[in-house]
Amino acid sequence: MSALLEIAGVETFYGNIQALRGVDVSVEKGEIVTLIGANGAGKSTLLMTLCGSPQARSGQITFDGVDITRKPTFEIIRMGIAQSPEGRRIFARMTVMENLMMGGTTADPAHFDADLEKVFTLFPRLKERQGQRGGTLSGGEQQMLAIGRALMSRPRLLLLDEPSLGLAPLVVKQIFEAIKQINQEEGMSILLVEQNAFHALRLADRGYVLVNGAITLAGTGRELLARPEVRAAYLEGGH
Amino acid sequence: MATHVRTAEGSLDLPAILKDCLMTGLVVFALAAPIIGLRTIDTPGGLGIDYRFDDVAFAVLAGIVGRFLLNLYWAYGGRRRPKAKTEEIAGGRAGAFMKKVGLYGGPAAILFAIAMPMLPFADRYTLDVAILVLTYIMLGWGLNIVVGLAGLLDLGYVAFYAVGAYSYALIAAHFDWSFWVCLPLAGLFAAFFGVILGFPVLRLRGDYLAIVTLGFGEIIRVVLLNWYEFTGGPDGVSGVPRPSLFGLEFARSSSDGPTFHQFFGLEFSSLHRIVFLYYVILALALITNFVTLRLRKLPIGRAWEALREDEIACRSLGINPTNTKLTAFAIGAMFGGFAGSFFATRQGFISPESFTFIESAVILAIVVLGGMGSQIGVVIAAIFLIGGTEVFRDLEQYRMLAFGGAMVLIMIWKPRGLLAHREPTLRLPPSRKPEAAPLAGGAS
Ligand SMILES: Nc1ncnc2c1ncn2[C@@H]1O[C@H](COP(=O)(O)OP(=O)(O)OP(=O)(O)O)[C@@H](O)[C@H]1O
Ligand SMILES: [Mg+2]
Repeated sequence: MSALLEIAGVETFYGNIQALRGVDVSVEKGEIVTLIGANGAGKSTLLMTLCGSPQARSGQITFDGVDITRKPTFEIIRMGIAQSPEGRRIFARMTVMENLMMGGTTADPAHFDADLEKVFTLFPRLKERQGQRGGTLSGGEQQMLAIGRALMSRPRLLLLDEPSLGLAPLVVKQIFEAIKQINQEEGMSILLVEQNAFHALRLADRGYVLVNGAITLAGTGRELLARPEVRAAYLEGGH
Repeated sequence: MATHVRTAEGSLDLPAILKDCLMTGLVVFALAAPIIGLRTIDTPGGLGIDYRFDDVAFAVLAGIVGRFLLNLYWAYGGRRRPKAKTEEIAGGRAGAFMKKVGLYGGPAAILFAIAMPMLPFADRYTLDVAILVLTYIMLGWGLNIVVGLAGLLDLGYVAFYAVGAYSYALIAAHFDWSFWVCLPLAGLFAAFFGVILGFPVLRLRGDYLAIVTLGFGEIIRVVLLNWYEFTGGPDGVSGVPRPSLFGLEFARSSSDGPTFHQFFGLEFSSLHRIVFLYYVILALALITNFVTLRLRKLPIGRAWEALREDEIACRSLGINPTNTKLTAFAIGAMFGGFAGSFFATRQGFISPESFTFIESAVILAIVVLGGMGSQIGVVIAAIFLIGGTEVFRDLEQYRMLAFGGAMVLIMIWKPRGLLAHREPTLRLPPSRKPEAAPLAGGAS
């Protein structure tokens, strides 16, 4: 029985700089897996490598039994992986609705109305704002839009890169509620990258700690929360 | 430079103004000394230089006085010196205004354009200028797909114009096919060239893309200039066939069949052909516009715009950026090709001289001035730039100066183009949801 996503010994380089040093991560169907780590640990790099940009120099990435390590980005996405990228990357001059339509690019148009309804139920705020330009949304709304846009492609695996970045605690809570809801109601598998280790580990089934491009710790969310080294490095003095 | 021309108490800050004026004088001097101050003249011994100190002094003085008056205006005219405008993202007032323009202005302009040849002031000269303006409107709309929508800075658009013109001229010359057969062929050829050029270069971004397209535009022109056996080199291609109306020629008489005026029992008039050409280019331009407006609302058009906004986000949504850019390039090129065919058939003669870099620059200026991506903006900018330079032909050598000056002024007044507002593409959210109506908008 193989996992939905299987990352084995992946190494990624930016020119001569090695950002990932043999990373092993797996995500089972229906699981929330979180990846925590300090700034520059390589979390975003891992998510981008999953999407084939940049491509891994060595190691293997298997999605649903298919080797995707050397596939071009658009093919990987079409297989059912969606990413809400770091910094959200909303299309600023396009409306909320247009952003969501862009999210549905790879999906069957027949599902569009139903998917839109789902996103609007998840984030009623987006429904109110559907005619507004993406660039004029608040940070929290932009994050909702980024997640909603990713969901519009009906992914089987959702990659979220620091969804809580720069948001007020109340909004963070809302976003995490939504992530939980997506996971429970749709059975969506989620790989969540977070600085906000406390929230992320509480939410996740399993977690990994990434330090300098390598996994140093792995375990269930509860286990990791209890580990003294995790507490010391990522939890104390905040949250 | 000084930014406060009035002190807090409201009195004039004279030293600041004087400093400002002196600075202006210096700048003018630096510019004027070589440009105005030195003049080459023919002397018996070869080329000599004539110095014109008085003219330089006059220019500097004019600059200082002008700047002083401008300062006074800023101080007492109530308006502050214009601030650099921040990027306009919000819809708001501009949005409401644009909706109105789109709703009434567009159709009104089209009606006027259709009725134009029948209006009393439509003489030969007016029609010629109108045809020229329409050609540039069409070129502007074509380039708008590439630059305005897809955000690809193309400095070599004239290449496709040239490919279209030469394709038409050469096909028509060799096969003796009619305009209406050659026109689509020429468009296809241009689109094909768009793909050929686009394939290797569309991986590049921004400045690099601009430079490569600039090079491509020049390469095409140089090839046309040097491939003597095929293109006629600098001699060009002459005797390009004129278009006919369902086989009716616009001539006094014709060896094959009746001509236009004979068929309709009219008095022969050379104006008929001009009016016909006017309607041909009007139709071609309108087709370009409608295709663009339609494409904008389709997934491919949305993908172009998204690509302009954020390429990385597009990749992460499963869009193939290379293919998406290629379609924009090819479709833009195709319309350039159509315009080129029209140009060839109207002139009856083409040569590489008509396809220099300055053409690309003018078309790009129309798009940028119009506000990148705005269809109506292109129309206004084309009327202004092309019509304006025609009307001011009397100014002779100062024409280009007026042209440049006007462009500078517009860019100061409207840094993001005349109509920078982007109209959302219309799509009513899930049917049976009337409360979602506010998304509705007009054509842009
Ligand atoms: N495009 C790039 N070119 C060169 N180096 C890069 C590039 N992107 C990231 N890096 C480097 O790779 C390392 C990992 O970066 P990455 O963005 O993956 O970190 P991160 O864990 O996501 O950090 P953060 O929490 O701050 O987002 C860093 O040292 C970074 O400087
Ligand atoms: Mg990151």
